[in-house]
Amino acid sequence: MTGRSEAYGSAAIAMHWATALLIVGDFAFGLYFIDLPLSPQKLRYFAWHKWAGALVLLTGAGLLAARWLRAPPSLPASMPHWEKRLSRLTQVILYLLLVLAPLSGWLYSSAAGFQTVLFGVLPIPDVVGRDRGLAEALRTLHRGINYTLAAVVAIHALAALKHRFVDRDEVLAYMLPFLRKP
Amino acid sequence: MTCARAACLIAAAAVAPALAQAPQKVDASKSYIRFVSKQMNVPVEGRFRRFEGTVAFDPAKPEATRAELEIDLASIDLGNEEGETEARRPLWFDVARFPRARFVTSSVRAVGAGKYEASGALTIKGITRDVAAPLTLTESAGLRIVEGQLPIKRLQFKVGEGHWSDIETVADEVVVRFRFTIPATR
Repeated sequence: MTGRSEAYGSAAIAMHWATALLIVGDFAFGLYFIDLPLSPQKLRYFAWHKWAGALVLLTGAGLLAARWLRAPPSLPASMPHWEKRLSRLTQVILYLLLVLAPLSGWLYSSAAGFQTVLFGVLPIPDVVGRDRGLAEALRTLHRGINYTLAAVVAIHALAALKHRFVDRDEVLAYMLPFLRKP
Repeated sequence: MTCARAACLIAAAAVAPALAQAPQKVDASKSYIRFVSKQMNVPVEGRFRRFEGTVAFDPAKPEATRAELEIDLASIDLGNEEGETEARRPLWFDVARFPRARFVTSSVRAVGAGKYEASGALTIKGITRDVAAPLTLTESAGLRIVEGQLPIKRLQFKVGEGHWSDIETVADEVVVRFRFTIPATR
């Protein structure tokens, strides 16, 4: 355990919770507004949804960078080997989906004929042209990726709670240092 | 006999336009009507799939040009079903009551080599406005190609009423870009 600390660094913790808020919030927001009838408000919601998605890429990258700059704490020795592997696998899948979710949304938006302009000022180029068939496929893909992400986030959160209330170890405190036992 | 004179007048009236220039049908497959509007500062493009028109044009007498155009508004293509359905509804084009937009020239004048200024009456949603657009004319392979663009204000035609009249989300200005191909005649 040399060089490893008992918690994540504050940068990683900040990026983790920012990412968590963004994806939970933007996922719920997307579910809410997507079936609203088309209105100027819905156009604004679309823009906000895309901006939040772009921010996920930034905070996700920030989280990866923070982990790389300071190694995450090692998992408790009491954890079975398969649990450690499952934990690592879940995290890799999470990172992958964190990238794929906004990416598929951006491509879907381009294919549907709407360029993404971050905060209304920074145009993100369209890499795919307007294409009805492609838009339909990307819409299905974007939805599928996000439902999968929601499921993996739920597993990730349930596992953290299991560490706290079943295993009674310090794993959740890695991300919430105020929970640490004195 | 007065009857004979009337027949003569009718014959003359029928022949005169034919001598000036017979109207040519616009070849829709080599033509387009596109438009660009801005949604929250983001340009969004669309087009109309179906339209028809006739043009009577004589290069020697551009001022005698007569052109008529009718656009099937339900044929709007925005790249997504949701937007198109909304565009056909009463707040936008109200295609159930006003299925077609119409443009009729009132005057065309030459302003340079291959350049013209056309003005006429544009009717959308039952509202008629005078509009003017610069045109360029090119000829190749027996075809005349007229291109130009026309900026219009959608709210002048009540296109986007009620909550859609908010120009912060969908701008008032819409730039219509068009190309019409007609057979060249001499």
